Amino acid sequence: MQDLTFTTLIAVFEEIFGRGLFWAMVFAALIVTALYLFVLIRDRAVSWKKFLWAQLSMPFGAIAAVLFVQGMTRSGFADIGGPIDAIVLLAVAAGGAVGMAILVYTIESLFWRQGGEG
Amino acid sequence: MTDTFGTPSRRGFLGLALGAGAFGLAGAGKAAPRQVKTNANILILGAGAAGAALANRLIERLDGAAITLVDGRREHWYQPGFSLIAAGLKPARYSVSQTTDWLPSDVTLKQDWAANIDPEARKVALAGGEVLSYDYLIVATGLSLDHDAIEGFSLDMVGQDGIGALYAGPDYAAKTWQAASKFTENGGVGLFTRPATEMKCAGAPLKHTFLIDDLARKAGSRGKMDVHYMANNNSLFGVPIVSEKVRMLFGDRGITPDYSHVLTGIDAGSKRARFDTPEGSVERDYDYIHIIPPQRAPDVVRQSGLSWADKWVGEGWMEVDKASLRHLRYPEVFALGDVAGVPKGKTAASVKWQVPVVEEHLVAQIAGDTTDAAYNGYTSCPLITQVGRAMLVEFNYNNNLTPSFPGIIAPLEELWISWLMKEVALKATYNAMLRGKA
Repeated sequence: MQDLTFTTLIAVFEEIFGRGLFWAMVFAALIVTALYLFVLIRDRAVSWKKFLWAQLSMPFGAIAAVLFVQGMTRSGFADIGGPIDAIVLLAVAAGGAVGMAILVYTIESLFWRQGGEG
Repeated sequence: MTDTFGTPSRRGFLGLALGAGAFGLAGAGKAAPRQVKTNANILILGAGAAGAALANRLIERLDGAAITLVDGRREHWYQPGFSLIAAGLKPARYSVSQTTDWLPSDVTLKQDWAANIDPEARKVALAGGEVLSYDYLIVATGLSLDHDAIEGFSLDMVGQDGIGALYAGPDYAAKTWQAASKFTENGGVGLFTRPATEMKCAGAPLKHTFLIDDLARKAGSRGKMDVHYMANNNSLFGVPIVSEKVRMLFGDRGITPDYSHVLTGIDAGSKRARFDTPEGSVERDYDYIHIIPPQRAPDVVRQSGLSWADKWVGEGWMEVDKASLRHLRYPEVFALGDVAGVPKGKTAASVKWQVPVVEEHLVAQIAGDTTDAAYNGYTSCPLITQVGRAMLVEFNYNNNLTPSFPGIIAPLEELWISWLMKEVALKATYNAMLRGKA
């Protein structure tokens, strides 16, 4: 590929999802990340109870992400052909797991604050 | 401001987040190359992948140029999608958009066909009678599919009686799937042909063969099928190392290669096809045949005197330098895309690499400068070997493999990631290219 610059990458992602949806997703991801950092700073501590639920949600995030990618691309586990494919599969799963954990932790912190805590 | 640095707080954090966002946006911008002021009259024949992409880039580089595109077809066709349509994986509309969707607002589009090019007088006559003069001419007309060269065949047969022809357009690709899907259900003998001329995307006939094989395999009907790939010479692909790999894959899939069999005619009623071979003409029965006709430069180019006289005789590709794509006798004329008389490069991926080269040469010429920008023959073919896997084959004029991700994505391995790129990123990259952004 020629000139794979950051701006090219942005242009390609805009074409994949449509400009509106792409930037809405970027914005949503930034918001969730910002809120996550916000609750960490606000509480000045990691709540291990909330973190437990976040961790328990990770496998579901991982599986959902993999099935989503396979569903969107008419492919399945049988199409894994080489080491890079396994790495991509694991990366997709890891992304889904971490994303789900952050989302669950943030939602818990924002909406299920127990009285007296924080 | 009551917040102090170093003490995390809600408001301080928000300010930090907004600042980071603003910085990110500012950092994303790339310094644009300086614009050249000119009143040059630039004429682009063809508003397909090459014409649209170049127009979008020239608008950014030239200040004051008059850019006119000529194309008689209102629809823009995303041709890399045809293989997917012809395998029932996408609908015909997947490849169809409007030409005007992709053009910048400050160019002129003439919705007409070029009828005559006079490179001496620097004039182009349109079918409707209008005559346009130019200072610089970019010929990006694409090529012509010579369906009449196949005796007994006409496009209205596509989709019936086991006849497919996916190159002819999105609707014909969809009709090809009608015929091919019956073949995958009922079985029989399948003949997958390719012409002996230069052709666009020499991987497409292979992809169609692999996809139909795979779909039948998954439907459980592959055992009823006898699949033959009719090669035009004694190889399966122009790049020897890829040809060898395909030979091995064909062996694995039970696809029989029949070398040096060039289709010359069919008898649709009796389902027999005629082939030119070194041993003379032979006839073969089929239940499904995929026809790709001989390919040539459009008549308007072949009659213009811009073609090679001694290379690709009868095909009429334009006589251009293979590095700069500038015409060898008319320095204000360039060729882009399928019509260029260069050894490789009849793919959209090639166009992506050719367009910036012609842009650089044209802008330098207008500015009275020179450039060493050169096209190296780069061509890319995500060679689909089954639904869900492909080989990301990239090569240049020297038949060298030029992988974009060496050591990460192996070019001769059937990989899921290569399929993902074809499924997800290829059309998006193509669209970004049309807009001049990739």
